[in-house]
Amino acid sequence: MDSGKKEIGRDKVIHLINSVIEKVGAAEEVSREHIYAELKDLHDIIESARSEIGATQVGDISGKHIPTATDELDAVVAATEVATGTIMDACDAISEYSENLDPAHKDFLLGEVTKVLEACSFQDITGQRITKVVRSLKAIDEKVNQLMDVLGEKLPAHFKESVDEDTRVGDARLLNGPQMADKAITQTDIDKLLEDLF
Amino acid sequence: MSVDKNMNVLIVDDYKTMLRIIGNLLKQLGFNNVDEATDGSMALEMFKNKTYGLVISDWNMEPMSGLDLLKQVRVLPANANVPFVMVTAESKTENVIAAKQAGVSNYIVKPFNAETLKTKLTSVLGEF
Repeated sequence: MDSGKKEIGRDKVIHLINSVIEKVGAAEEVSREHIYAELKDLHDIIESARSEIGATQVGDISGKHIPTATDELDAVVAATEVATGTIMDACDAISEYSENLDPAHKDFLLGEVTKVLEACSFQDITGQRITKVVRSLKAIDEKVNQLMDVLGEKLPAHFKESVDEDTRVGDARLLNGPQMADKAITQTDIDKLLEDLF
Repeated sequence: MSVDKNMNVLIVDDYKTMLRIIGNLLKQLGFNNVDEATDGSMALEMFKNKTYGLVISDWNMEPMSGLDLLKQVRVLPANANVPFVMVTAESKTENVIAAKQAGVSNYIVKPFNAETLKTKLTSVLGEF
């Protein structure tokens, strides 16, 4: 909902409430039908707002989008940690091997290994940044849950969660990026599949 | 006075990668007795059994942060003066001030290089 629309809606609600209060105050002069009509308008506006909130499928934010995003980010941290460990293992092996070399070659190799080690500290920094993002996403998740607690029971059931329909067609449907470990198939599975197919 | 490279050094960081990087760099600088802890409380436990000549600690760790560790170390009579270098991504002025007020010996911002580590250790320990 854009802010302009929100402002108009709010003004209209305030106007209607004031109007109802005035008419109730002067109840003897105003027919019940008038008051009922204005209360009905208020009811319609509130229902419309509820439907709009429902249409945004807030349940998906908390139930699907945020958990998926945090899982993906956790996977990034885990994958970079494994890769960094492998790079550092190689550095250790090179350092050990350099002990067999003459001083000039040994110093050269150790100097370059040091540069690689320094560069590996990216994993710590990116890990901390990603952790901050995950924390922010969880804070949003919490706020959405609070909103759902307030409105959830009053939202139409079919609005709470959407069916994630893939609207792509053809080969475009095959592009889904790296899969989480529990959803991906292994190279062994792929090899077996290929053997079975051909 | 020359630096005793056989002294016990404690590195504290919750990232295994950083423990390994700092450990390797210290090894290249000639320090051989290096222990590791993954947060402040684990480090404090290690202080009960050993005397350390140098502590290199991250700040942002749970359950006990590097700043809390520094404060706790400074009140331990036997370790009140142990050189304590904070190595952290926290780079706001107020962080540096808080660390200084808690008694930090030096402060290195991540990411850092081997030269920076050596320079800071020299300023804390003396030439080596």
